[in-house]
Order: sequence, then structure tokens, then C-alpha cells
Amino acid sequence: MKLFKIRGGVHPEYQKRLTRKNEIEVLPMPPMLHMPLQQHIGARAEPEVNAGDKVKKGQVIALAKGMISAPVHASTSGTILGIHEFPAPHASGLPWQTITMKSDGKDEWGEMPPPMNPFESTPEEISDRVAISGVVGMGGATFPSAIKLYLGKSHQLKTLVINGSECEPYLTCDDRLMQEKADGVLDGARTIARALRVENVIIAIESNKPDALSVMKEATKGYSDVKVVGIPTRYPMGAEKHLIQVVTGVETPSGKLTADIGMVVHNVATAYAVHVAVRYGYPLMTRVVTVSGGAIKEPKNLLVPIGTPVGSLIDYCGGLTQEAHRILIGGPMMGQPLISTRSPVVKGTNGVLALTKEETRKQDEMPCIRCGSCVTACPCGLVPLEMAARIRKEELDAAVDIGLMDCVSCGACAYVCPSYIPLTQYFNYAKGRLKAIQGEQRKQEITKQLAEQREVRLVEQMRAKKEMLAKRKAEKAAKAAAQAEAKAAEEATAAPQEATSTEMTSSPPEVN
Amino acid sequence: MPNRSATEGGPYAHKKTSVQRTMVLVMVALVPATAYDLYLFGWPAINLFVITIASALMIEALCLVIARKPIVMFLTDGSAILTAWLLAMSLPPWAPWWIGVLGAGIAIVIGKQIFGGIGQNVFNPAMVARVALLISFPLEMTTFVAPSPLGTAGAPGFMDSLAFTFGLANSVDVVSSASVLGHVKTELSRGIPLQQALEGNYDLFAMTLGDASGSMGETSFSLILVGGLFLIIKRVISWHIPVAMLGTIAIMATLFNLINPAQYPDALFHLVSGATVLGAFFIATDLVTSPVTKRGQLLFGVGCGLLVYIIRTWTAYPEGMAFAVLLMNAMTPLIDRYIKPRVYGRTIKGDPLAPKGGS
Ligand code: SF4
Ligand code: SF4
Repeated sequence: MKLFKIRGGVHPEYQKRLTRKNEIEVLPMPPMLHMPLQQHIGARAEPEVNAGDKVKKGQVIALAKGMISAPVHASTSGTILGIHEFPAPHASGLPWQTITMKSDGKDEWGEMPPPMNPFESTPEEISDRVAISGVVGMGGATFPSAIKLYLGKSHQLKTLVINGSECEPYLTCDDRLMQEKADGVLDGARTIARALRVENVIIAIESNKPDALSVMKEATKGYSDVKVVGIPTRYPMGAEKHLIQVVTGVETPSGKLTADIGMVVHNVATAYAVHVAVRYGYPLMTRVVTVSGGAIKEPKNLLVPIGTPVGSLIDYCGGLTQEAHRILIGGPMMGQPLISTRSPVVKGTNGVLALTKEETRKQDEMPCIRCGSCVTACPCGLVPLEMAARIRKEELDAAVDIGLMDCVSCGACAYVCPSYIPLTQYFNYAKGRLKAIQGEQRKQEITKQLAEQREVRLVEQMRAKKEMLAKRKAEKAAKAAAQAEAKAAEEATAAPQEATSTEMTSSPPEVN
Repeated sequence: MPNRSATEGGPYAHKKTSVQRTMVLVMVALVPATAYDLYLFGWPAINLFVITIASALMIEALCLVIARKPIVMFLTDGSAILTAWLLAMSLPPWAPWWIGVLGAGIAIVIGKQIFGGIGQNVFNPAMVARVALLISFPLEMTTFVAPSPLGTAGAPGFMDSLAFTFGLANSVDVVSSASVLGHVKTELSRGIPLQQALEGNYDLFAMTLGDASGSMGETSFSLILVGGLFLIIKRVISWHIPVAMLGTIAIMATLFNLINPAQYPDALFHLVSGATVLGAFFIATDLVTSPVTKRGQLLFGVGCGLLVYIIRTWTAYPEGMAFAVLLMNAMTPLIDRYIKPRVYGRTIKGDPLAPKGGS
């Protein structure tokens, strides 16, 4: 198959040999599981259980809430201990709302939806199944997969690309999954294709995974709709838009979704999770995690129940041989530093890395020497040094003008910078600030709108009051006239004054 | 930016690279040519070389103290040494000590620190110093000697050379001799045809090795070329500036040589003489003062090449490298402003691409 060129990219030290030959081992069920309500992009799931409840394996413990969300399931049977704030596997270290449960050691299944044959089901049935199974993008993006499947309804799609590039250094979980569960991955890919109503599936694998390539090629023999292609090894080959361009030659316009050009990308681990959810009815409760890095005694690939504390994975791998300079969740390029090893493995956790000082190779920041390495490395055609210079001066709009919003935060620029300038960090900071400012502006706009509405209401009320007064006056006048007549007739008097004044002060209070 | 240590971000892997490593690689690339030239021109050249670098380091340290910057970090980044090194290579090898000290001072203070230190300067510091010296001290800056390699009969010994460098005694007879470019220029201006002017002076073989008079960096074509190729292989520089620059010079020279061979030397002459290769691989490619995009670098290289040729051919100066590079340095901000890569998903003008296919 013809491949297409993309610009930029870097060749980090892949370090995959640490784990690439290690078969996936099943991690024993830990005594305690912590399941955050927010393991996906979108709205937080809504807890369905209370402290003390007994739950079965696979039972929904938190429901998807809102348009973009995903449910959470119990990874084993046991007792809910509570819903509380717990350290998140995230750089911020901020706690997340988390359901903690104690395993009863029985691993008893709850009632699961029946197995389906995707090729005898409608696209909607498949998408609905994926939705209730809590499957999210497992390459780390964690976007609820079902939402991406529903795109088949709104968009005319042509091609599904299954992302087996695994371009982050160290990680081999997708590599192993493809080798060991090739049929499941393939079935999941074809299931997704059916849900999306596309006829064309491309499984793209970086050429530094020859074993996975040949196993997948073997598995797809006889399926004319599925092509397995080896793509060049280069970071960030797995970036959605770049991956699509490499295999199809089509460039996604800035600000558009890949679906707008008829393409959708799903990760291999996601495909496998879809296969399991559809064919067996099992929700997403486990995932493969690469535990690696120079400070890990025996690097491994592990099949881990979602909610397992990261510390248990490290212990299972023999612990640390030396003090780790950094413990990361995910790969070294885009991963996040871990604050506490009590934090759990979540749906998007593809790696746990304990890196030594030499591996992270950190140095003091120097001034930019305008070497242009970052320009050459950027896969998005940006000039990182200039964006960083503007952000340093807090000129965020100027940074946007030269492409900040087109930056995919891949870190290629920072990786090559001889001055060790934390370029990606500048960009993430600026994007965060802009979002906050936008939010602030929206808030201000809403406030302004509310104020305007109030103004309108007030004016209307005034007018209504005036009209009423005028009416009353007229009535009074009429009454007075009538009374005068009556007085004249019967010489009797009445004073309705009081009533009128009470009515005037009891106008309804403002409700905002 | 918020407090970074608290939120220290990725990536958590880094390429084997650093400012220091970059500078050291450039110096390594300069070693063969420098060593050979120092051997050729003997002790006075070695003295000048050492003096220039030592004074650059001292002046840099002083500037850092005044600016309250971390001294060790910036002094060891290698940039001051490299600047002084390149400056020394563009001086007449037997120039007196104060040329080296003054040059280093101009390069470091006016060329670099006034702009805010490493990475901030607009002009190539070594070339700023060279031009300032050339204009202020034309005599000292154009007195070249014929090579007299260390250990040969005419070469001054170490003690003699000290006396000579520091102007204590005029115990060494300076056999002054013009550089090839200077000689040709003078002869041409006297109406002597090129072929005759070159006779006895233009020994291609000697020049490619460095066995000719001129400043150190002007003489050993082949060793500098080797160093330049090393830098490209090591990806310290890319091929764009040198190729564009040498190509432009070659094309211009060939063109005019075809028009009038008696007046205009051919491409080979221009490429091997003067500071052409040193300029193309080591001076114009200075990271700080050249454009950051590849297309910008091509334009920059073409500009340098054109200017070098024009200055050499039609102005009073026999060599135009320093002027050409400085002029193009001044253009760099403009080039970087207008020549940018195409942003992914956008047209070169910056609008989003028109979507193809799909809904
Ligand atoms: S992080 Fe942004 S600017 Fe840097 S290389 Fe990636 S896309 Fe380009
Ligand atoms: S890689 Fe670093 S030093 Fe080089 S131009 Fe970019 S920001 Fe500057």
C-alpha cells in the first residue's frame, strides 16, 4: 500500500526491548479497588451505589451522565466502602471523586447483557452496547468510544483506521495485545467498521513491531475489507490526523474532525474492548498496562483490573531497583507524572514507568539559541520558539495568531531542544489559560445577558404597573363618580384608599 | 508562567543534546584546520589564538557578573570560546596581542552581551569584531605573512614569538605577503589581466591544503570542508545554508567568468580562496543569527553568496565574507517573519484547508 509523507517528528530512544518479548501476565485481584467517576473525557459519571452495597463483577456502579460520558463498572465482586476524594493518577495530584470497593475474593459475575453477533446486529445496537459497556479511547485519549461510533449516523464515513502505531517509547501493551489477541482485535475492528458503516479498515502498525505486523497480517488473511500496513517508526506517528495522512494521504483541515473528511481512528486496545463488550457482553473492567523503565526490577506487561493501585503493579514487577527520578502514567513523551502510587489504574492508563535520572535526562533551562530544531521537529508546521517567546510575555493572542491552537502537544519540539526549554509546558499553560479566559468571558456574557433580561423585565413591570395604576385610577374615578352619585343618592361614604396602597407595595420581588 | 517545579511538565525523555554539546561539536569540527594552521604559522599564531580565547572567557565572565547571571552555566556553554575561536581564525595569524584582546572584547561585549547574552544577538559576534577591527586598524588587519611552519628554518621560536606578539622587540623579520584574494584585487585594479596576476600566486594544491598566506581560516580549504561535512553528518547544521551559499557563489563566478575571463576569476578560484568555506560552513550557519526554517536558510544562503561575490568583485575590499554575513544577519528577523512552514491543516496563508470528501 502506498504511504504518504508527513513533516517533522523525532526518533526517541524507544526502549521497547525492555518489555516487547514479555507475554501479558494477569495481575492477581488486589484487595481494594478505587474507581474514579471520571475516567473519560466529558461529564463525570453519576454513582449508582452507596457505602455498604454489595456489588457483583461487571455491575454498573456509576452511570453515564449527559451527552458525552461513560459508565463505570465494578471490576470484581465485593462491598462498596464509600465514595470519596482520592488521589487521581494525574499530574495535578488533585483528588477525584472515586468509588472504593473491597474485593470479596469470589470474583462473582453479575448479570451481563447477552453476547451479540455484530454482523447480525444493526449499527445502533452495536453502538448502544459499546455505550453501556463503558468503553473509552484506550490509547490514552479516553474519549467515550460510543460517541465516536454514533458519528456513522451524522457523517458519511469511508475509512476506519485502527491505530497500532504505539509510537510512545517504552510502551508495548498494544504490541503484545496484537500478538496475543489478534483475532479479538480484528473482530473488534470489523465490529467498529460495521457500527460506522464503513467498508474499509486499515490497521496501521509502526514497523518497529515486526511480530505484531506479521501476526496481524496472518489473522486478516481472507478479509478483503481489512488491510494491515507497516508505517514508518517516528514519533508522533500515532497522532490521529497524522496517522490518517500517512495511510490515506488526506490532510484534515484545521479545526475539523477527522470524521469531516470521512475517517475515524480507534486504538487497537479499544477495538479489543469493543470485541469483548459485543461478543461476550463484558464491560470494560481490565486493561493491559506496560510497567517499565530503568528503575523497575522486572518490567512486564500486565492485565490489570481497572481501579488497581499503581503501587500494586510496581510491587508485582519486583519493585524499584533504585530511586525513580520520575514515576509516570503513560509514555515519556505525553505521559503525566504520578504524585501518589496509591492512585489507581484507570481506563486510559497504558503504561506505568519508573524512570531513572539518566533516562529523563533533565538539564537546566538555557536561553533559546534559535537553532531551529524545534521547527524541524514539529509535525504541525509550527514555529515553537516563537510561540514560547510570546507566551513568556503573556501575549496569548499573539501565540494563537501563529498557530497555538494547531499544536497537538506532542512534545517533539521540547524533546529536541538543546536549551531544554519546556516548550510543551508553555503551550499547555497557554491553552489552559485561554480556556479559562474563554470560560470567564462566557460567564461575563451570561451575566450581561441576565442583566439585560432583568432590565427588560423591569421596564415591562414598570409599564404594567403604570397601566394598572392608570386603570385603577380610571376605575376609581368611575367608582368615585358612581359613589358620588350614590352619596348623592344615599349619602353614604367608603374609603378604598388602604387597599390600593397595600396592593402597590406588594409587587413581586425580583427573582434572578 | 506558573511556578514550574510544582507542575513540571513533559516530555520526560530528551534527546542527547545540549547547547554545550552543540558548541563542542563545532569546535571539534574546527580542530583539524586549526591545528594545521597553527602548525603552519607557528608560535605567533598560537599566542594570538590563546590570547583571543582567554580574553573572551575573562570578558564573558565579567559581563555575567555584571548582569548577575549564573556564571558557571553560561561560561561553560562554550559559546564564548567558539566565538573567539572563529574570530582568531579570521585574524592575520601574526597580528599583535592587542588585536586579539580588543577583538574578543568587541565580540563578547558589543556583539553579544549588549543584546542580552547568548541567543539574543542579531549579528554574528565574531564578524562584528572582525569588521570593527578591519575598519579601525586596516594596516594590522591586512598584514599577512607567508607560512613558516613550526620547526622550519625561518620559523620563530617560542621566546621570540612572545616578544613579537607583545611588541617588545622587533626581533623577527615579518615577511609580509598579501593573501591571494588581496593580491588579485590589487593587480586587477592596476589593469593587469587575471591570468598574469594569478601566476605564481595561485597554487590550487597549496591553497586547498592551506599552504598560502592569509588569515588562518582563509587558508585550509580541504580541512575546513572536512569539518563542515562532519557538522552536517552530526546534524549540528543542515546543508541548506552552505549549499545555497556556495552554489550561488559558483553560479555567479561562472557566469561572469564566461562573460569575461580576463576580468573575473572562475568558480573554483572563488570557492577555494578566502574565507569562502569557513564562512559557508561555520560563520553563516551560526544558529543564533541565521533563520530557523529550512526555506529561510536557503534564502539566507543565497543572499550571503550574492553579497560575497558582489563585495569581492566590485568593491574596494578583497574579501566580503564578514560584511555579507552581517548584512544577511540583519535580514534574518525579516526572513523569519515571512518565511514560515505551512501549518498542518492550513494553507500557506494560514486559512484552514478546504475539506475534501466526507460529508
Ligand atoms: S508540542 Fe506542539 S509545537 Fe511542539 S512539536 Fe508538538 S505540535 Fe509542534
Ligand atoms: S529547539 Fe530550543 S533552542 Fe532551538 S530554536 Fe527551538 S526553542 Fe530555541
